[in-house]
Amino acid sequence: MNRAFRLLRRRAISSIPVLLIVVVGAFLLLEVAPGDAVDAYLLSIGGGDPAMVQALRESYGRDQSLSSRLWLYLSSLARLDLGWSVTFGRPILDLILERLPNTLWLMGSAVALAFTLGSALGIVAGARPGSARDRLLSTGSLALYAVPSFWLGLVLILIFAVQLRWFPTSGIATIASGKQGIARAVDVAHHLVLPVCSLGFIYLALFLRMMRAGMAEAWRQDYALAARAKGLARRRIVLRHVARNALLPLVTMLGLQAASMLGGSVVVESVFAVPGFGRLAQEAVAGRDAPLLTGIILVSAVIVIVINLVVDIAYGILDPRVGASEERAA
Amino acid sequence: MTQIPLSRRTILKGTALLLASTALSRVQAQGGGKRLIVAADSEPRNLNPAIVASNGVFFVASKVIEPLAEASFAGEGGLAPRLALSWEGSEDGQSATFRLREGVTWHDGKPFTSADVAFSALKVWKPLQNLGRLVFANLEAVDTPDDHTAVFRFSKPTPFQLIRNALPVVSSVVAKHVFENEADIAASPANNKLVGTGPFKFAEHRPGEYYRLERNADYWGEGQPKLDEIVYRVLPDRAAAAGALEAGEIHLAAFSQVPLTDLDRISKVDGIAVYSKGYEALTYQLVVEINHRRKELADLKVRQAIAHAIDKDFVVRTIFLGYAAASTGIVPKNAPEFYNPDVPVYGFDVAKANALLDEAGYARGANGVRFALKLLPAPYFTETRQFGDYLRQALAAVGIDATVVNNDSAAHQKAVYTDHDFDLAVAPPVFRGDPAISTTILVRSGTPAGVPFSNQGGYANAEIDALIDKANETVDVAARTELFRQLQREVAEDLPLINVAEWGFITVASTAVKNVSNNPRWAVSSWADTELES
Repeated sequence: MNRAFRLLRRRAISSIPVLLIVVVGAFLLLEVAPGDAVDAYLLSIGGGDPAMVQALRESYGRDQSLSSRLWLYLSSLARLDLGWSVTFGRPILDLILERLPNTLWLMGSAVALAFTLGSALGIVAGARPGSARDRLLSTGSLALYAVPSFWLGLVLILIFAVQLRWFPTSGIATIASGKQGIARAVDVAHHLVLPVCSLGFIYLALFLRMMRAGMAEAWRQDYALAARAKGLARRRIVLRHVARNALLPLVTMLGLQAASMLGGSVVVESVFAVPGFGRLAQEAVAGRDAPLLTGIILVSAVIVIVINLVVDIAYGILDPRVGASEERAA
Repeated sequence: MTQIPLSRRTILKGTALLLASTALSRVQAQGGGKRLIVAADSEPRNLNPAIVASNGVFFVASKVIEPLAEASFAGEGGLAPRLALSWEGSEDGQSATFRLREGVTWHDGKPFTSADVAFSALKVWKPLQNLGRLVFANLEAVDTPDDHTAVFRFSKPTPFQLIRNALPVVSSVVAKHVFENEADIAASPANNKLVGTGPFKFAEHRPGEYYRLERNADYWGEGQPKLDEIVYRVLPDRAAAAGALEAGEIHLAAFSQVPLTDLDRISKVDGIAVYSKGYEALTYQLVVEINHRRKELADLKVRQAIAHAIDKDFVVRTIFLGYAAASTGIVPKNAPEFYNPDVPVYGFDVAKANALLDEAGYARGANGVRFALKLLPAPYFTETRQFGDYLRQALAAVGIDATVVNNDSAAHQKAVYTDHDFDLAVAPPVFRGDPAISTTILVRSGTPAGVPFSNQGGYANAEIDALIDKANETVDVAARTELFRQLQREVAEDLPLINVAEWGFITVASTAVKNVSNNPRWAVSSWADTELES
């Protein structure tokens, strides 16, 4: 526990410069993109007259210099105020808190699906390398890995929503259904099945392949040979020795993939009309809403840092040698 | 403890039961009552149509907040009464009188009176509305001699023809008592929790998910509305709308939210109908904008050559799949009051285009290229982007090497309308019932940089400017109409821009939805008579 706390403190301190770089970088990135929030808004309403354009620029603060806008943003951030979204006309924190849970559900379920099913199938494939089952799973996972998530999403919609009508085509919950409690949870879960599959399947394939490769490697290690020499049952060797050791790189990968999965949710949320974080980011870019996009990227960075922290803690549990080496380094 | 034998068959059965139960609950939740579920592709920041007169806003808000008059196929002068029963302009153009409907109440129960119209006109349309700022620029006062009469007084003669044509778009009436104490009306929270007089009351908005409108039981229209609810389901992906329609999750998708390429297939699905009517007063125009600062393009012969290089019929057939018409000029055929067919036309003729370019002194070089251009297609529609690709090929055939630059919306707006960093651009301006509203701005000089859908190509023609200014102060309908006919001729002769095609959108709906597309602005009208057969 002590170790986890020390790790947490060290990570929190080292995260501050990372977050600062992320915030300034994101803010500037949108600034160098051509067009601003006024341009985006004018187009959305079909134009306006010169006086209106000028008034909008003033009210959006576009008449101020870049440095003063950045300074204003950073100083409000220092007061833990994420600012005001010009595209939505609402506080950014409210928008993020409203959308984040949907994305976390989507991502969390996709990670759970990909990790559990991926590693389980990886164990099945890696238990007998070269077997027909292994070849089938390896080929299938390679095919799944090669499929882009938006295409997979559309195909899933076509088969399971349009043709079979087992699942809804899009959305996060039945519209205006008034469902509460467990009924709502079931409704949301029902809506999330297809998006979770289209986001998670690619990672499932990745985890499957990594697990299989890790197991193939572990089979060649001395401890596997020793276990076999001891006459342990094959199932026990697979689960206790080979799979456990092959799991370590997967945990590392889990942390690394968190960021890319946040990126992937932008596409999946658009295809399935899930009102999540990714779609909010897309709308922020289209509306050239620099404070909103910066807020989104800031929160995403925090999520990625937290996930990696959890992964590090889990790593220490799975492999006590890692914890010991970190202690020494500290 | 009882043991349940867990076999593959049991698991399969269980899964099937679970799926069936959730599917059943979905049908029950969405099929009950007279709830019309419609696809929406955007959520406007400001939903008040009195401030933002745009189709995205009207699509939802026109069911809640009503204009003085709505466009109509059969009505006199193309209008049907809504909050106003009659309207008349004075001969000197200094005033316009509206007789208002009696017995109308706001959704909060307060009566609708002429004070609401006066407030809307003076405090909202004139100072705040994107189009009202132009139409009501000379509005000085609104007299309210009684609760049901509003007399608009203008500081300069203002053509009543313009006011009348603009009524469906610019005259959404808001409640005075809702906004009068607001310091900043444009930023009021009431702009997103609308209170109107329309057939539906604003019920809720769940951002990213849906808008819900409820039936207004006290609506003035007898026996209306016919629906209990309208739900706008936010579906940003265009493919999603077609899928949701086929899966029976939504009843209707307007504004071509089902892509043209899907129409052939979806029109064969049982229980789904495709409507191309109902957008006559919302005609979009496919236009090639020209930067006249570029030496070659300042030459009329070059502009004529480009016009001859474009096969408009091919564009209509291939890009719009027939759901469009070839254009002859800056006023579309859907505006018969103003449309002038008697203008110079530029038929598809590659040989003539080549001859004109030779005459202009731009001979082909050794590589067959006369000169190079930068072409920026507007990203707002699939069709504008596809036309950009077509235009590049059409120009290549006459020796003009165009490089297509694709931007997103904000970047396109800045490049074309602010920085003028383009040679040719593809734009989709809208014709809004009267050329003075959003057509003359495409050719008149003097608009400062930064205003989208305006003449930012550096084109200046004193004759055309004078014609527009004269039309703006001509009160006589026949004389004003003639001036606009003349304007079309002069624009077609001088080609400050090239009009290629004009199109309305497509509505795809379940056949259970009745009275679809029964007026020229149907998608953005009140839907008071729209029915849903159970």
